[in-house]
Order: sequence, then C-alpha cells, then structure tokens
Amino acid sequence: MKLIVSVKRVIDYNIKVRVKADNTGVDLANVKMALNPFCEIAVEEAIRLKEAGVASEVVVVSIGPTAVQEQLRTALALGADRAIHVETDELPEPLNVAKLLAKVIEAEQPGLVILGKQSIDSDNNQVGQMLAALAGRPQGTFASEVKVEGGKVLVTREVDGGLRTLSLDLPAIVTTDLRLNEPRYAKLPDIMKAKRKPLDVKTPADLGVELKQHITQLKVETPAQREAGIKVDSVDALIDKLKNEAKVI
Amino acid sequence: MNILLIAEHDNSALNPATLSAVSAATQIGGELTVLVAGADCQNVADEAAKVSGVSKVLLADNAAYAKGLAENLSALIAEVATGYSHIIAAASSTSKDTMPRVAALLDVGQLSEIIAVESADIFKRPIYAGNAIATVQSQDAVKVITVRTSAFDKAAAEGGCAGVETVANSRDSGTSNFVNEELVKSDRPELTAASVVISGGRGLGSAENFALLENVADKLGAAIGASRAAVDAGFVSNDLQVGQTGKIVAPELYIAVGISGAIQHLAGMKESKVIVAINKDEEAPIFQLADYGLVGDLFKVLPELEAKL
Ligand SMILES: Cc1cc2nc3c(=O)[nH]c(=O)nc-3n(C[C@H](O)[C@H](O)[C@H](O)COP(=O)(O)OP(=O)(O)OC[C@H]3O[C@@H](n4cnc5c(N)ncnc54)[C@H](O)[C@@H]3O)c2cc1C
Repeated sequence: MKLIVSVKRVIDYNIKVRVKADNTGVDLANVKMALNPFCEIAVEEAIRLKEAGVASEVVVVSIGPTAVQEQLRTALALGADRAIHVETDELPEPLNVAKLLAKVIEAEQPGLVILGKQSIDSDNNQVGQMLAALAGRPQGTFASEVKVEGGKVLVTREVDGGLRTLSLDLPAIVTTDLRLNEPRYAKLPDIMKAKRKPLDVKTPADLGVELKQHITQLKVETPAQREAGIKVDSVDALIDKLKNEAKVI
Repeated sequence: MNILLIAEHDNSALNPATLSAVSAATQIGGELTVLVAGADCQNVADEAAKVSGVSKVLLADNAAYAKGLAENLSALIAEVATGYSHIIAAASSTSKDTMPRVAALLDVGQLSEIIAVESADIFKRPIYAGNAIATVQSQDAVKVITVRTSAFDKAAAEGGCAGVETVANSRDSGTSNFVNEELVKSDRPELTAASVVISGGRGLGSAENFALLENVADKLGAAIGASRAAVDAGFVSNDLQVGQTGKIVAPELYIAVGISGAIQHLAGMKESKVIVAINKDEEAPIFQLADYGLVGDLFKVLPELEAKL
C-alpha cells in the first residue's frame, strides 16, 4: 500500500511571532522555519507503517514556494521515499491546498493519506477534511491511534469528551493529533542520503487546478497584551486577594 | 441574510456551546434556523426551539447521524444549505471534523474559530496560537464559520418559540463506521463552561498527585484542566488539555499549577478574567501574565490552599 503524507513549512513552534508594523501580516524575515509539528507526526506515522510492513512506499507532498523543499528533504531524511513539490508563489489557502492534493491523490492512488490536523501558523484545521470531501473518501481526524487491518483502518480520535474509534474503508484520510506518536530525529547519514532521493516539481497548472481566493486577509494585529500582576508571598495572601480584590471566590 | 446554525448536542440535550454560536449569529443578523441532526434527538430540537433569537428548527432524526460521523453529517448539511448565506457552528471536535467537509462540498472557504463579527462577511480570528489576530473577509456567497465559544456570551436558552420542521433525509456514506468510544464521566463542571478552572502541568509529577488538585477543585467548584505535558505523561485524559490545540477556556478564575506557560498553553487560557500561577520557578513565563503569582512548591501550597479555602 502506498501512503501519501502532506507537510507544511511553518515558523518554528518555539518562536513567538511579531506582527509587522504595517499590519499586513507577521514578520517571517530571518525567522527559523520548520516542519509543522503535526506534519512531523504524520511523517513519523507513515514511516512506522512502512517499517511494520503495512505500507510499501511513502510519498511526501508539500505546496508553496521553493523554500518548502527544505521540509520535503527533512521528511525524506526521516524516511519518506520520494517527494512531490507543488510550486506556488505563496502558501495557498486550505481549499486550494485540498484541491491540489486531491489531484495528486488521483494520480498516485494511495491507500491512506496522512496529514497534520492543523498548522500552527494559520490554525485553520481544515485541509484533511476538505481533501476527504473532494476525494469522496472517509476521514479519521485528530488521530491518537491508527491501525490498518483487513482492508480497513481503525482510527482512534481525540474528541471533546474523550476518545472515539472509527473503522474506515480504504482509501481513507487521517489527520494526526499530538499523542499519535513521538517523532524521531533525522540522523546525519540519512540527511545526506535524502539529498539524492527523488523530488518532483509540479505546478498547479500541471495538476489542472486553478487557485481561487475565498478568504482575504484585511489586516493582522497584535492582541491586547496582559500585564504581569503581582507576586503574593503566602497562601493566606493569595486567598485574601482572590476574595477581596479580585472577588472571584 | 439567512443563517443555518448547526446545533451541538449529545442526542439528549443541547450543548450550551450552541448558545454562544447563536450570539455570533445574532450579531451577523437575519433569520436564524437551527439544524439538529442526530438520532432520537427530539428533545434537543425542542430545547433549540426555545432559544432566544431562533426562528426555525430543522430536525434530521436518523440513525445515520447518531454518532456525528462527518461523512454523513456534511452530506446532510450541504444538502440543507441551499438558500442560506451563512452556515455556522460552535467550534467543537464534531464541528471541526464536519464543517471543513461542508465547505469543500459547497466549494467555499471556511472561517475557523472567529472571535468577533465585524460585518456579515468580515470577521476576526486568532492565528499563530493567538499571538496575532487576523481580520478576514469572505469572498464566497456562502460563509462557513466556526465560532470560538469563549469569545461570545451565551444567548438566552429560553424566550423563543420557533417551529420544528422535520428533514426526512438519510445520508449514510457506508464508508465510515463507529466502533466504540471512551467518554470521560465527571461530576465536575465542564471545562469550557466552568467559571473556575484549576489546571495542572508536568510539575504535578503523577496521576496520583492530581488528587491534590482535585481536592482544591472540590472546594472551589472548579473544573480540572491540564497542560499538554501532563496529558502526554498520562496524568490525565486528553479531553482536559487546555491550549492552542486543546480546549480554549476563559473562566472568571484560572489557576495554573506546575505549568511553565508555553505559548501553546497560554493560547488556551489567556482570555481568563483572573489568572493565578503557582510555580516553584520564579522565572517561569506564566508569571508574566498572571494577575497573582505565588512562588512555591505545589506539594506544600495545594494542601494548604485546600485547608484554608
Ligand atoms: C504543535 C504543538 C501544540 C501544542 N499544544 C499544546 C496545548 O494545546 N496545550 C499545552 O499545554 N501545551 C501544548 N504544547 C506543548 C507546550 O509547548 C509545552 O511543552 C507544554 O505546555 C508544557 O507543559 P508544562 O507547563 O506542564 O510543562 P513544563 O514546561 O515542563 O513546566 C513544568 C513547570 O512545573 C514547575 N514545577 C515543577 N515542579 C514543581 C513543584 N513541585 N512546585 C511548583 N512548580 C513546579 C516547573 O517550574 C515548570 O515551570 C504544544 C506543543 C506543540 C509543539
């Protein structure tokens, strides 16, 4: 079975973003970029399925400017077999990403597609579900466990009240939550090897997709900042403040 | 404007999160129809009909919708959607699963977790774990929206008298089947609805030690929350995670115990009215936004707090 994993290049999760002075976005100049953490979990899961003999090939896809090839190489170093870069000037919005991925899937015919549930920049949490709709396939979102057996995939999902397990016909779309696995680090020899793994570049036109704008960003602002309050020196002082000053207990 | 609002429920009662989405819908304006899709969920429809501001309730009562499977629900919603300008739902694990699927079926974008309504097509939403707020405009004829419930007051649960109409429709994809679920039962207030939340982090050290937190929670009538580190370590279940990728809470009082204050955690609680931090490290970032900070060992502080409350 072939697996497709899609990955996104985002700001490193440790970095606190700064909004640009002209309010057109956040400042990404000279900021450390990385594989979106949820996408890293998706890559790890695919590699584990390959190591377990469930999958035969792992193809990793990313959409965006040339720079995303850095993240594709990271995924190849982690163990993906080959990469597809769909080149666009900017990072397209979720529906466009889903349309591009749907075309890749049509051509590649994977048994399972694994994506991160959300990217930590736009916080949309949409692409996997949109892709599933466009491909007309079942979805297992926010997965904390994935088991392929008997032509189906069992996906345990993190939901508001706890956990819920679904059985999905293959091909299916899975999106990862934090507790699905703990991603490995790439080893130096693998990073070297990854440079020689195949990486195909395609354009949206090659895939027959016209990118449309559905949502326009008018401005980006810094949220109201909370000021640090005071330190209290004892439990008694804390209770007193909560009762008599804040009046919340 | 003609708004279709998808009710959040468990087949027996309307989830109060729905009332926050009703408030957002009321700010957009126009006629408000609530869709209740589930199985044996007449009660929910009756409750929805009483919510102030609701003009009509559609009831799709069918086994195919019992477990909120996204394939079936999205097909139903996309079919019912004709004629509506907005399709809106409270952000929850069900709507996050379903609504993007609806948007794709309708070939429109989705606005995730809005926190303010500027006009019928302009909204504000947090990005980068809430470290930036984007003002976004939808270019689509139909706007698919999820609402961050902590940002909107709840509409009155009583006062309306909408009629209930039945939608006779069964959309079962047959490709996705419910196997089982482990839902956490608790007598405490629900995390996102509680007025006091006390959360524990890695500093608690073990599942057993969460009892220290529970004792204080009992005194305060508080809900229990947790950081990702505490959930990952297996101290508590995943439904208690507060943060960018967990639950978003904004209680009157939030007490963070043994939590360092990573941006991903702050994203889920920084709109709380009063924040208390208890941490032995006086440099912990959580103190930078806490209204009241107590530097100390939680194993001493929690029992003392319990005794003195
Ligand atoms: C993609 C992504 C998404 C994430 N989403 C979330 C999310 O939704 N929610 C979330 O919480 N995190 C999230 N995280 C994780 C986040 O980055 C932090 O790792 C996590 O919040 C740390 O949890 P913590 O504060 O409990 O642990 P730590 O950072 O280890 O802090 C423990 C604290 O406990 C204190 N402590 C220890 N012992 C004691 C004691 N005896 N008495 C008093 N204080 C003590 C220490 O001083 C320290 O400050 C996410 C990370 C990523 C990459």
